[in-house]
Amino acid sequence: MIVFAILVIVIFNFAFSGSQQTMVSLTPGMLWVTFAFAGVLSLNRAFIQEKEDNCLEGLMVCPVSRETIYLGKMLGSLFFMLLVEVVVLPVFALLFNVNVISLPLIIITILATLGFVTIGTLFSALAVNTKAREMVLPILFFPIVSPVIISAVSASGRVLGGESWGDIYSWLGIIAAFDIIFLVVAYLVFSVVIDE
Amino acid sequence: MATNGPAIEVKELTKFFGNHHALDGIDLSVEPGKTLAVFGPNGAGKTTLIKILASIMKPSAGEVFINGLNLKDNAELVRARIGIVSHQIFLYSNLTAYENLLFYSRMYDIADYKQRIYQVVSMLGMQSRLYDRIGTLSRGMQQRFSIARCLLHKPSIILLDEPETGLDQYAISMLWDTLKEDGSQKLTTVFTSHHLERGLNTCDYLIILNRGKIAHQEPSKGLDLASLKAVYRNCTGAGGENTK
Repeated sequence: MIVFAILVIVIFNFAFSGSQQTMVSLTPGMLWVTFAFAGVLSLNRAFIQEKEDNCLEGLMVCPVSRETIYLGKMLGSLFFMLLVEVVVLPVFALLFNVNVISLPLIIITILATLGFVTIGTLFSALAVNTKAREMVLPILFFPIVSPVIISAVSASGRVLGGESWGDIYSWLGIIAAFDIIFLVVAYLVFSVVIDE
Repeated sequence: MATNGPAIEVKELTKFFGNHHALDGIDLSVEPGKTLAVFGPNGAGKTTLIKILASIMKPSAGEVFINGLNLKDNAELVRARIGIVSHQIFLYSNLTAYENLLFYSRMYDIADYKQRIYQVVSMLGMQSRLYDRIGTLSRGMQQRFSIARCLLHKPSIILLDEPETGLDQYAISMLWDTLKEDGSQKLTTVFTSHHLERGLNTCDYLIILNRGKIAHQEPSKGLDLASLKAVYRNCTGAGGENTK
């Protein structure tokens, strides 16, 4: 995942050139395309080991709720996606000479990543039993998660454009609202998905 | 939790997949410490019954009580008392046997897990392969570690879904000996099998499932193999070609 994300950043570095202002305006899109692609790779792997080794039923007979299994998988995906972002952000700053390591941008990244993995883990459980799961997951998942990605891109653009906290609050609010909705829905629906 | 009632009680258990009734109004009861054998042809509903008892699958209708607890309302409590061995081993192939057992020890919140892992692995004679990756072991060895996983948390009820798949004669004997020997308590066991002779010798009661219904049930005491085969043929309409 990390290698893939860095490779995408390097390709973007060769593909786009221009003034500092142009690079700043392109940065949110490049960053979130990279995070989204790397994130889907991570989500595709979330249940694959259980599928290949038939271990999902092994988990299901353990004395934990289905929701606990969901939270464990979701936190695992969140950890790996944040790890990718921790590596990607400094590399991006180095290659594009854009200051992407700032508190507002880090908050946006964490909130949007949370929304991404909460609903992504549910779709991963849904897609793992399909034949073309690597294709099914992004097809099902990206339309649902697009409000979070769009909000993250917009908020990141405003931060990089030097706008104040007040200007990004509304975008942060949208991301946080989707985080909560996705978390509640995924938490409640996961047991139905896994039992079927 | 010890109760005076049956260890397993099933009432009007029904499971359908679309229009197909895998289980159709099953009623059964297993007393604590007793062994129930479930026979039947392929597609009779044996695996579905085991999966519902293990709470892997939800029934379409009916109720299951384990040690007096309704499975629907107390699934986590019930799971802590159940061990399951299936023809699927439920072990991660890229982890070692020890890592797998460590993982399940934590899932079952076993306090003295290292000692318990070595204890169950010793019972199964698999100490020398404990640090090998599961994927590198033979099917029979994998199944033995699956039995170790099942016994880790000292369950009072064991569910076995054709547990002899892939095991040689020595390992099959070891499986049944281990289930008898583990701890002072006598385990309540439900197992499915196509092997009528071994099933008859092992169980206290037996049922024959056919097309999702209990076609026959009786205690095994006093029943001989020839009679069982005749009953099996009558119940299932099969010539017993898949049974031994």
